[in-house]
Amino acid sequence: MSKDENRSEQQAHEAQVVDAARRRFLGQAAGATAIIAPGVTLMTIAQADSGAAAEGASSAKRWGMLVDTNKCETGCNDCVDACQQENGWGAGSSDEGLSDSRQKAQWIRTVTVRDKETKHTTQLPMMCQHCEEPPCVNVCPTGASMKRADGIVLVDKHICIGCRYCMMACPYKARSFIHESLHDQKSHAPRGKGTVESCTMCVHRVDRGDQPACVERCDKGAMMFGDLNDPNSQISRKLARVSSTQIRADLGTKPSIRYSGI
Amino acid sequence: MVLSKKLKQRVGILAVVFTALMGFGSAALSDNHGGKHERAIGANAGDACVKETSWMRRNHMELLKHDRDRTLRQGIRPVEGSIKGCVDCHANKNDQGAFIPVDAEGEFCSGCHTYTAVSLDCFECHATKPDVSRVKRAGK
Repeated sequence: MSKDENRSEQQAHEAQVVDAARRRFLGQAAGATAIIAPGVTLMTIAQADSGAAAEGASSAKRWGMLVDTNKCETGCNDCVDACQQENGWGAGSSDEGLSDSRQKAQWIRTVTVRDKETKHTTQLPMMCQHCEEPPCVNVCPTGASMKRADGIVLVDKHICIGCRYCMMACPYKARSFIHESLHDQKSHAPRGKGTVESCTMCVHRVDRGDQPACVERCDKGAMMFGDLNDPNSQISRKLARVSSTQIRADLGTKPSIRYSGI
Repeated sequence: MVLSKKLKQRVGILAVVFTALMGFGSAALSDNHGGKHERAIGANAGDACVKETSWMRRNHMELLKHDRDRTLRQGIRPVEGSIKGCVDCHANKNDQGAFIPVDAEGEFCSGCHTYTAVSLDCFECHATKPDVSRVKRAGK
């Protein structure tokens, strides 16, 4: 017993010494810029995510896309590849080995539509339409399915219980459920077993001022990304000039993704 | 009376043994930890965490929990409690120079979580190794 007491006293003393040393160090570091170097690692990493998003998403913006289906070449899969590599699903990941093709994650896919009368086929990319009135958000029992102020629809996987109501509610079949344990996820795209996921409009890139990976990759110029609320943005000016449509506009979901040429 | 006296004695002995064991356990933990801690604190760690180490030991989960909502729901990226920040600093490298996942056995996160038997759910979804390109981008 007395040994133990001695030991704990000694430990307490040591802790005090360490605390004092740490306080001295912190004081010095705060006082002089010359020895701030050890903290640099922390500072730079903190800035890695900053960009223009220090004040967060704002309803002054509404991010959207315009897909020109006339420029989307049948057989081209570049946008899907880019998404997989950026967000680490499908071919961008070695996981989901047990799931079959109907179960595997699918954030974006190419769809071919054919006019029965003219036999004309058109390919277009199909993903989360980032609706202004998202049915997935309406049905979610936990509030995990949510829409940011700037119109990007996301799943908060911290509180997603994997019930998949949102998958049922989505008219665009845009969401997937993860059936297996995953490894080596991308640090900007957390994803895991038991939760639902979908296109995030590359929110991590948008927040730092970049374009979504699919838009950046498409060298045919079939995809355009921008702020629908800004009348002077490239996308708004093009939308004012060319005819475009929202898929299943009759449902009143008001998607942010618009298509021209269909 | 005799019985109860014996019982009291036994309880007393048990208490002493138990306390000694507890003391030994915590000493073993701190020794073990002291050694491991030096090794496992992380390849990129600076000299100080975002808050005092003693505060972080007890409250890191609160920091992460509040800031995850700010980041995900409000899009506020530069936050104190960034799990990417934890991983960037606290991941170690193996002999070949490759990063070891922070949730691997004996590593920074799992070391304590295993000992305290608190399940570590973060890494069901989150990356367990630093994103080298992201850290590079920040450094330029």
